[in-house]
Amino acid sequence: MSEISAEQVAHLANLARIALTEEEIEHLTKELGQIMHAVEQVNQVATPDVPPTSHPIPMQNVFRDDVVGQTLTAEEALAGAPESDGSRFVVSAILGEEQ
Amino acid sequence: MSEHLIRLTASELGAKLAAGEVSSVEATRAHLDRIAAVDGAVHAFLHVEGERAIATAAEVDRRRAAGDELGPLAGVPIAIKDVLVTKGMPSTAGSRILEGWIPPYDATPVRKVREAGLIPLGKTNMDEFAMGSSTEHSAYGPTYNPWDLERIPGGSGGGSAASVAAFEAPLALGSDTGGSIRQPAHVTGTVGVKPTYGAVSRYGSIALASSLDQVGPVTRTVLDAALLHDVIGGHDPLDSTSIPEPWPSMAEAVRRADVSGLRIGVVKELDSDGFQAGVRSRFHEALALLERNGAEIVEVSAPNFEYAIAAYYLILPAEASSNLAKFDSVRFGLRVTPDGGGTVEQVMSATREAGFGAEVKRRIILGTYALSAGYYDAYYGSAQKVRTLVQRDFDAAFTKVDVLATPTAPTTAFKLGEKLDDPLAMYLNDVATIPANLAGVPGISVPAGLAPEDGLPVGIQFLAPARADARLYNVGGALEQLLLAEWGAPLLDRAPDLSRHELTATEEGAL
Amino acid sequence: MARAELMDFDKALELFEPVIGLEVHVELNTKTKMFSAAPNPANSEFHVAEPNTLITPVCIGLPGSLPVVNGEAVQYSISLGLALGCSIAPSSRFARKNYFYPDLAKNYQISQYDEPIAFDGSVEVELENGRTFTVPIERAHMEEDAGKLTHVGGSTGRIQGAEYSLVDYNRAGVPLVEIVTRPIFGGEADTPALARAYVSTIRDIVLSLGISEARMERGNLRCDANVSLRPRGQEQLGTRTETKNVNSMRSVERAVRHEIQRQAAILANGGTITQETRHWHEDTGTTSAGRPKSDADDYRYFPEPDLLPVVPTPELIEHLRAALPEPPAVRRRRLKAEWGFTDLDFQGVANSGLLIEVAETVAAGASPQAARKWWTGEIARLANSSDQDASSLVTPAQVAELAQLVDAGTLTDRLARQVLEGVVAGEGSPKEIVESRGLAVVSDDGALIAAIDDALAAQPDVLAKIRDGKVQAAGAVIGAVMKAMHGKADAARVRELVLERASGDGS
Repeated sequence: MSEISAEQVAHLANLARIALTEEEIEHLTKELGQIMHAVEQVNQVATPDVPPTSHPIPMQNVFRDDVVGQTLTAEEALAGAPESDGSRFVVSAILGEEQ
Repeated sequence: MSEHLIRLTASELGAKLAAGEVSSVEATRAHLDRIAAVDGAVHAFLHVEGERAIATAAEVDRRRAAGDELGPLAGVPIAIKDVLVTKGMPSTAGSRILEGWIPPYDATPVRKVREAGLIPLGKTNMDEFAMGSSTEHSAYGPTYNPWDLERIPGGSGGGSAASVAAFEAPLALGSDTGGSIRQPAHVTGTVGVKPTYGAVSRYGSIALASSLDQVGPVTRTVLDAALLHDVIGGHDPLDSTSIPEPWPSMAEAVRRADVSGLRIGVVKELDSDGFQAGVRSRFHEALALLERNGAEIVEVSAPNFEYAIAAYYLILPAEASSNLAKFDSVRFGLRVTPDGGGTVEQVMSATREAGFGAEVKRRIILGTYALSAGYYDAYYGSAQKVRTLVQRDFDAAFTKVDVLATPTAPTTAFKLGEKLDDPLAMYLNDVATIPANLAGVPGISVPAGLAPEDGLPVGIQFLAPARADARLYNVGGALEQLLLAEWGAPLLDRAPDLSRHELTATEEGAL
Repeated sequence: MARAELMDFDKALELFEPVIGLEVHVELNTKTKMFSAAPNPANSEFHVAEPNTLITPVCIGLPGSLPVVNGEAVQYSISLGLALGCSIAPSSRFARKNYFYPDLAKNYQISQYDEPIAFDGSVEVELENGRTFTVPIERAHMEEDAGKLTHVGGSTGRIQGAEYSLVDYNRAGVPLVEIVTRPIFGGEADTPALARAYVSTIRDIVLSLGISEARMERGNLRCDANVSLRPRGQEQLGTRTETKNVNSMRSVERAVRHEIQRQAAILANGGTITQETRHWHEDTGTTSAGRPKSDADDYRYFPEPDLLPVVPTPELIEHLRAALPEPPAVRRRRLKAEWGFTDLDFQGVANSGLLIEVAETVAAGASPQAARKWWTGEIARLANSSDQDASSLVTPAQVAELAQLVDAGTLTDRLARQVLEGVVAGEGSPKEIVESRGLAVVSDDGALIAAIDDALAAQPDVLAKIRDGKVQAAGAVIGAVMKAMHGKADAARVRELVLERASGDGS
């Protein structure tokens, strides 16, 4: 289980949208193998009878009233944009399909 | 005078400001001068407000003169870890991917600090996206430990701890996901607190691991930390995980500090000979001192703490891989277009490749793996179970004792570069601090002395049940007073005089 | 793009059993978005807005921003779940669905995965031919909408060939409820109609709950249709495709029908169906292939750490259940009784999918017959000829106003049809159009008499013929008067006046 292959790392890099170099993939494959081996030990105690905890402080039903709050102006929203036409964010051509 | 001003605690400075003995402009100027003098050597700051801080200070002076009611820290300068979003001030999270980004809004803790009249001095250095224990992973170069400039100041909040240890700021804001406030406190001889998860709003803290992150105070004294904690704590409707109930005053807990009858549990598994000898001896001496003054020392066991690092290094990367997906060149931050152009997917990938450092990429890939189809149960799912077990260990221990005690970290400050090639070795720095983040309980690191073998600072960590943050200020405040009585002067008085670096700094035209 | 081969529909049904699964996304019309206090463009108050003006840091995923759940949207979702006959989860939580796309501000969507708010329900759907179906609902869950992309450059405004794209995040974060059916069997030849009727029923439900504007042409209601064919006699289900961009009721029906025919042709030729997302093109009435479903769809779901579980109290659920409006089937029976239509007339309304529109028009003051006449008559005709849904052309309030103008004698039927065209064209309300176009029926007898005089002068022997008993002769005069008045006269009144003249003096 701790064996992680370079192909897997390349696939993960694609999922995570990071254009890793060949060298980085090779390096990471080795490192991640070591790390996975170390962290796998969680399975020694994570038995079926133990429930998972996703929130350290249990709370529930945290809601907001349906009231309009403070908004940003379009200028503020676009201020950090690498490219905009003054009204919308500009991105280059999209390869994939809409979800 | 300015040398004297920067040596005051925040509480002392606040009192002098209130008494009219000094103006906020003077105090702020003194600290800006100190930054100019020594930060070339320390490199705690990524951004300094300069004249804008003076203007903010002048406004507070004006309000005070007009008779406005001001809090105890009004007019006191403060440094802010660059993980916190600040309106009008660059916020980089130590990364190239956010270089030059100026947020259009303030993080809630920053807003509260401004409203309380504190004077933001600037933004401090950190490991990129808070991933690290040494600040060596900052994209803008490391910060240097004021005790020994060849050593790390801890991480990820090395900049905040160093700024306070170097007297560049009386206090600072930090964030702690696995020890990023407490471990730097330990290696710099300062005080650092990770509040109960949800005690301080995370709104505006650039997210690393959403279920682990918490913002907290970085100071030279326990009272200063408590005063700052009182300012930044409290419910925030903008953070759903923020605890709704009101809190007692932490400053009061310090002022009434008394450990008679306090039951302190020593965690057996973290009192091991894997820890540096000097770290352990200072730890036990501090406990003995508390015992002589009325505390009861008990041994407790937390058998699942052994798995905490493993669980942490599954949960954190998983959540971080999702939290960092927003850095994609579209709405803010860096955009890198491949030669000849490219699709938006290619631009995203090129941007993230160029904008993220090695440690960040490592953890994103690890996290993506831990969450991916077929692996979730074995990795992320299992890690969340370990979190349950760690919480159970804490719950069981706290039926027997009021607080737990451990050394804050296994070693004193190591040399820069020493652990960079071995990620796993670096991760082990957090073995004592991580359990608190997993369980959501609060923790404090208080200076316990210097290790005899290397003369470097050692901290002692106390942990309390969730929502019982006041207990930390009680025991921390009490210990601090007892040690001060033994030492005759604060520990930081023994830190090397950085002013001999001033010449070098000004020659290099620093800041 | 080569036109796909299509098998004749009836032939396809002989060889294959169509199985469909429908996913409907409903945009809720709360004032604010699902996870932020930004104004919600799916609420008609904020529908018209400049790009990127309905924004908080949360909407554009600024570093440090955090979601907070809109309590009203949760209540709307629970009500919808109850109206769908679902069980409400005692504990429900949000999850992150991770993927990269420029319209997704955080590159993850906050949705629900393993603990949806509602599950295991069913909806009664009635087809035009009277068949009723029970459509099984697997789940309904809460999530947020994505922003809007506009593709620039290239020839078609579609992704393929576009040079660059523009992103508007106003819609990012709009509250959505996604309703997912279980596979629907047994539709047979009625399957396309069933799909349409189901979507129409969902629309009825959300409109009667008042939780969505439900205007498909605005994207308030969106349908993705999954279609597969099972060869007769085979156990195993066929491979399914998912068709998106189905933007109207008629598109739902057409797209399902088309996919059945397309897949049948491939399978009959010995080919296999690729599991993929397809894109419906209303203009050509075809689907085209999108991205094949692949590993890229590893969404890496995990519980949303920034949000806490939703644990509806039994009291809340009962309170919402008690407030539910009557189910569509019950309402149908009630309206039928109230309106007193013949079976045929009522069926005509129900089949047109305009029951709510007719009901709202009656509520706005029109008579049931007038409402029925307008919606299933002229409005439906206009909708058909422009390939749009009738409900998108005109509102019940406007129709009621129109009917009132006819009742009051201000308009004749014919004039009213002109006014209707003006309303559809966006010229304003019926009253405004009557004013601006000067279409009111002339009600001043004096003007009519003057016109009658003119007409009689041109046809002097008409009066004599009428007195002789040839009443039909009046028609010529009436016609002439109507022409002279440009139709702005009540023909019946003109006739009265002509006959009065004939029976009156001899001048």
